[in-house]
Amino acid sequence: MSVRNDYLGLIFASMHDKDVHDLTSKRTMGSIPFGGRYRLIDFSLSNFVNSGITDIGIITKSNYGSLLDHVGSGRDWDLARKKHGLRLLPPYVQEDQNGQYKGRLDALKNIWPLLEHSEAKYIICTNCDVITSINFHPMIKQHIATEADITLVYQKTPYDKEKDNGATIIDMDDNGRVTEVRVTPNDSGEQNMWLEMLIICKDKLKEIVLNSSPGDFSLTKYALQDRIAQLKVFGFEHTGHFMRINNLHSYYDANMQLLDKDIRDAMFPVDHPVYTKVGDSAPVKYGYGAKVKNSLIADGCIIEGTVENSILFRGVQVGKGSVVKDSIIMQGGMIDDDCEVIKAIADKNVKILDNIGPGKELGFRFLPKGSYVRK
Amino acid sequence: MYTKKRVVAMLLAGGQGSRLYALTKNVAKPAVPFGGKYRLIDFPLSNCTNSGIDTVGVLTQYQPLVLNEYIGNGQPWDLDKNNGGVHVLPPYETQAGASWYEGTANAIYQNIRFIQRYNPDYVVVLGGDHIYKMDYSKMVEFHMQNNADCTISVIDVPKSEASRFGIMICDEEKKVIDFVEKPKEPKSTLASMGIYVFSWDKLKQYLEENEKEANLKRDNNEPWSKDFGKDIITSMLRDGQRLFAYEFDGYWKDVGTLDSLWEANLDLISPPNNENRRLDLYDKSWKVYSRSNYMPPQFIGDDAEIKKSIIAEGSHIEGSVDYSVLFSGVVVEPGATVNYSVIMPGTVIKAGAVVEYAIVGSDSVIGENARIGSSPEKSRNDAGEWGGIAVVGNGVTVSPGSVVEPKQIIGENI
Repeated sequence: MSVRNDYLGLIFASMHDKDVHDLTSKRTMGSIPFGGRYRLIDFSLSNFVNSGITDIGIITKSNYGSLLDHVGSGRDWDLARKKHGLRLLPPYVQEDQNGQYKGRLDALKNIWPLLEHSEAKYIICTNCDVITSINFHPMIKQHIATEADITLVYQKTPYDKEKDNGATIIDMDDNGRVTEVRVTPNDSGEQNMWLEMLIICKDKLKEIVLNSSPGDFSLTKYALQDRIAQLKVFGFEHTGHFMRINNLHSYYDANMQLLDKDIRDAMFPVDHPVYTKVGDSAPVKYGYGAKVKNSLIADGCIIEGTVENSILFRGVQVGKGSVVKDSIIMQGGMIDDDCEVIKAIADKNVKILDNIGPGKELGFRFLPKGSYVRK
Repeated sequence: MYTKKRVVAMLLAGGQGSRLYALTKNVAKPAVPFGGKYRLIDFPLSNCTNSGIDTVGVLTQYQPLVLNEYIGNGQPWDLDKNNGGVHVLPPYETQAGASWYEGTANAIYQNIRFIQRYNPDYVVVLGGDHIYKMDYSKMVEFHMQNNADCTISVIDVPKSEASRFGIMICDEEKKVIDFVEKPKEPKSTLASMGIYVFSWDKLKQYLEENEKEANLKRDNNEPWSKDFGKDIITSMLRDGQRLFAYEFDGYWKDVGTLDSLWEANLDLISPPNNENRRLDLYDKSWKVYSRSNYMPPQFIGDDAEIKKSIIAEGSHIEGSVDYSVLFSGVVVEPGATVNYSVIMPGTVIKAGAVVEYAIVGSDSVIGENARIGSSPEKSRNDAGEWGGIAVVGNGVTVSPGSVVEPKQIIGENI
């Protein structure tokens, strides 16, 4: 049996959608645009593909139209395969299930018939709201060596209750065995934050799925909290840079972090390409009046004005005499001549014909998909 | 089991591109990079897809490794098909022996069986070294309306340049009366673009005849050739077949020389005044497709100065770039200057280096404070002449402080 048959990857593409409701009103977490040309799910998919895991399921809950459009057959990730490849697992209605997953365990129960027939011995789960570039093999190796039931990927990181709302913190004994799992605990300071990735033995998952009752829908609560003593759960430390998106602020920060070369190199390692849907856009065209500093610019942009400390997605146009500063302009954004756009997140296909200043409440302005800012 | 295809395209991609030699040492000419993220072959392949032609044979011979790998299964151009699609056709061995392609006509002749399997009505013959966007289906339509045997696409060129091209002399109905290769005194300004539509039965007939005649001449130690323009078109004219000229009015550039390759790249920055003769790569209804290399967006640093330039994904710019085309993954370090130049994929311009009026090939390194090329203003000689563009080949390392003069071509490390 070849190595890859042993592992099945599951991507929970709709976990924590509500945290960034501005961005998920018409899409799901996995299809949130990020970093100029990506969607969040590209990082999870590329992590699996770069680890040689090609049997992958994507679990979605709602608003998954744009996600389906993005991943298509999986071809851009080399996942349009006869053997294994990509499977999309939107909710389906069963006798005792209305199709809306309430949590990870709920979703796993729903797709259990499919998992049961997979040849995989291990299942690796990831979310889309934590992004990092990771090769799963060191984790797999440790999981097998420790004979763990579950291994959680974590990173030692400064933790702040307010800023990191919704984060899961794990405590371990000297052997790395997880003793306690807490969601948004009160004690700030350096903590081991779970990166929402885990590997679980299929036999153990079967036990959990079959023994849990219909009311148990949270994997964290059922397995990692209520049964942490019975289960053999270990932590695996990942030291590569990660970003966790739990609100619009952290989304803004995560994008802006990419302007740092070291972070960019950690997120896009040379030997670990991050694959995405190919857009076939022409290269960027800079006009005579272009002035660009400290910015990430995707193909298809036409820049005639000033751009500073900003992320421009594919096909954004910046008119003559315009200034875009500290902003994120998603695909197809059009900024007319002589406009000033300061601290804005413009969702896809926004047209701006007037000045946009930073909003008061958030410190930046959010312009929903397709907005038209008239003079 | 093959279904009939009305049109099959044959793309002649075997050329060595000897006049581009610094850039084609290890790659066939159609695989030469162009326009920031493309290769020359992307243009005819994208034209085929956009024209609804889904069956393309690519005839390769010279240094096919990069080209074969690039074309792959044709997926970037939507040419991965169950029936049809793109097929790379290298020369092959038969019971009668093996032979290289002995000219453009012979290359197609050796692949008659490939074409015949699709039983097409028309065969479009294309080159791999021209930059243009063209709807071949309109040309096929024109061919049908004229009940033609062969249609040759032509472009009106300035009289002063006409003697560089194959010139068609036509009557009022655009029926071709005569064809002269590079005439000293051109009688017309309609230049052949090297794009042909043939009715398949006629093409097959003339390919077979040319093959026989040329082999006979060879056996008698007479000069022989198996060439499209020289042999097939000339024979068809001689026999009074119906040849028509299809006039194309759009951007078209032969990039067979280093100068024209440089010019064509810079044309993207400053388009010609004639609106019809512009190449729009941003038109969503006629995209030029290419194989993606999955690089992150380009990063423009704090001290960068970029004006009037085209830059592709994965680049990292900290220096000054003016009037230049930079391909994927190019690095311009702080204090480096790139003016009026074409920098191909993966090349690094180190701090303080100055690259002006130059082409730098793929994966090269221009060392600190090196100087490549010079502008006409700065380097005209006493007679007022400027040498021309400087060229650094693929994979070349230019050591710090070295100088490459205008018109110099560097293929090895210096």
